[in-house]
Amino acid sequence: MELVATLFALTLAAGTPLVLAAIGELVTERAGVLNLGVEGMMLVGAVAAFIVAATTQLPWLGVAAGMAAAAALSLVFAFLTLTLMANQVATGLALSLFGIGVSAFAGQHYVSMVIDGIKPLSVAGLSDLPFFGKLLFAHSPFVYLSLAVVASVQWFLFHTRAGLIVRAVGESPDSAHAIGYRVIAIRYAAVVFGGACAGLAGGYLATAYTPQWSEGMTAGRGWIALALVVFGTWKPWRMLAGAYLFGAVTLAQFQAQAMGVALPSQLLSMLPYLATIIVLTIISRDALTIRLNAPASLGRPYHPEA
Amino acid sequence: MHVRLEARPEPSRLMRWLSPLFAVAATLVVGFVLFAGLGKNPLEAFEVFFIKPVESLYGVSELLLKASPLMLCAIGLAAGYRANVWNIGAEGQLTLGALCGGGVALALQDSGGAWVLPLMLVAGAAGGMAWAAIPAWLKTRFNANEILVSLMLVYVATLLLSLLVHGPWRDPEGFNFPQSKTFADVALLPNLLPETRLNIGFLLALAVVAVAWLFMRRSLVGFQMRVAGLAPDAANYAGVSARRTVWLGMLIGGATAGVAGVNEAAGPIGQLLPVMSPGYGFAAIIVAFVGRLHPFGILLSSLLMSLLYLGGEAAQINLALPSAVTGLFQGTLLFFLLAADVLINFRLRVARSAPPAIHAGRATACKGA
Repeated sequence: MELVATLFALTLAAGTPLVLAAIGELVTERAGVLNLGVEGMMLVGAVAAFIVAATTQLPWLGVAAGMAAAAALSLVFAFLTLTLMANQVATGLALSLFGIGVSAFAGQHYVSMVIDGIKPLSVAGLSDLPFFGKLLFAHSPFVYLSLAVVASVQWFLFHTRAGLIVRAVGESPDSAHAIGYRVIAIRYAAVVFGGACAGLAGGYLATAYTPQWSEGMTAGRGWIALALVVFGTWKPWRMLAGAYLFGAVTLAQFQAQAMGVALPSQLLSMLPYLATIIVLTIISRDALTIRLNAPASLGRPYHPEA
Repeated sequence: MHVRLEARPEPSRLMRWLSPLFAVAATLVVGFVLFAGLGKNPLEAFEVFFIKPVESLYGVSELLLKASPLMLCAIGLAAGYRANVWNIGAEGQLTLGALCGGGVALALQDSGGAWVLPLMLVAGAAGGMAWAAIPAWLKTRFNANEILVSLMLVYVATLLLSLLVHGPWRDPEGFNFPQSKTFADVALLPNLLPETRLNIGFLLALAVVAVAWLFMRRSLVGFQMRVAGLAPDAANYAGVSARRTVWLGMLIGGATAGVAGVNEAAGPIGQLLPVMSPGYGFAAIIVAFVGRLHPFGILLSSLLMSLLYLGGEAAQINLALPSAVTGLFQGTLLFFLLAADVLINFRLRVARSAPPAIHAGRATACKGA
């Protein structure tokens, strides 16, 4: 039983960076903007979080810095795609390439450093309970935080007026503009929220999950997060389930290695990427589902005067 | 004072070619500020970064050598991008090309003739195409997003090569280093210039650029692909198969990236290593855009990107700057290019007050055009 609780906890820990990055991108895409720069923003968030945490010894301040840095980067994306109407696909790729470069550049002196990271929760009495303690009360604070963010986004998008407006902007910017909503401003906000969430995901990786910095440490999680948004058909709870599924796949890989399965480590390391491809294929197979659920204006530039 | 964008009635051809120059200029300004901020003399740093590497004949040969894979990958990607097929997995296709071409070289280590190299190139192109065929098939058959699939396959390809080089293909006399045997002489690309590493792979890349130009500009299929990219509905109406466009766009990119992989394996590297490219496949995305998706533009931008690689290495040695500064410049360049590209379709208007409402009618006219 203890083993079940441990595996459960490890799955959540591995899935959480995906949850955080994907929930931000979900909101961005709901507003009609496709930001392929999640990987770059995560890396910049991770490196900023680590640098600040290492210099100040305040990991939470680092996380805040990571969010701010990634949000700033997403602002560049927003300016290019929303104000200057640049191609969203190309700009998103640029953001990822830039993020990879700038994070490697900024983090070069921090590569082999280890910091005292953010520890899992420990509530007196509760965390030590047999089985349930580990199952419910001993996760990283980020796990609870990510669940709160997902719940809030679900509530915001589908139960508030503001959320309805965001979705309207994503479905039909022309109509939203005609009614008098400021489409560009709303999209800016959605993009920056996505950036901050990606930064939070990066901050979690660099200060809690593996409290150190290494070049390209996100290892494609930003791209997997993009796939998860499609997998969840732009719905927060489904996306969450998908993220934990991936957490389990990642975990299976480490467990197999630890148990000495006679497969080369490289084959096991391929699992998350292959799983992404398979899952994406299965969910996309039904073109109608995708078309019904994807925000109708996703990826299209919008110029209010044209 | 109020600056706003006004739609041009027609895209500006002049701006199409000026905007890369703006982008390069702006990137240089950023570089200037960055070097100054890092406490280096910017002019000296510029000299080390952009001039020193190409002062000698050897330097120029290295420039051309590094430009070859960039050119090859970018030309194939551009064919896809023109048709709105977003292959961003050239790095993986390059890796597979190196793996297949290198596999041929290793298999024929002791029994080869002059035909080994052509065979390697064919195997490499086939490997790259096979890798690109996966996203193409999943896209056309299952509607799966080719951007994400091709990118995921980059990781898989790298792991696959690492698996082989750590395992069955490891050189038994290599002191346990993860590397294959060095290729036999017949499996190495002949040199072009004595005392340099420049080989005929560069000529091959140039030939591919010329063929790509003929294909995109002078062939019906190339024309159809361009139409499919510019106006998918029109192409569909004219009977151009969207399915075929995706397949072609992907396979062309896979083939050229695969050849680039063989070029690296049989050229400057001469064996298989766990990592065959310092990100050429990703940098090629930038090369393709900066080169305006045009073969000759790509020729020029691949030289520029190659210089950024050489400059990064020089800066690492002479200025104690990390070579990651190359990636920084690459990303910045693409940002500025995308920003400057707004001037192709819009012009800046400086108005003294907020725009009056009469623009609505005019804007509608532009939209129709």
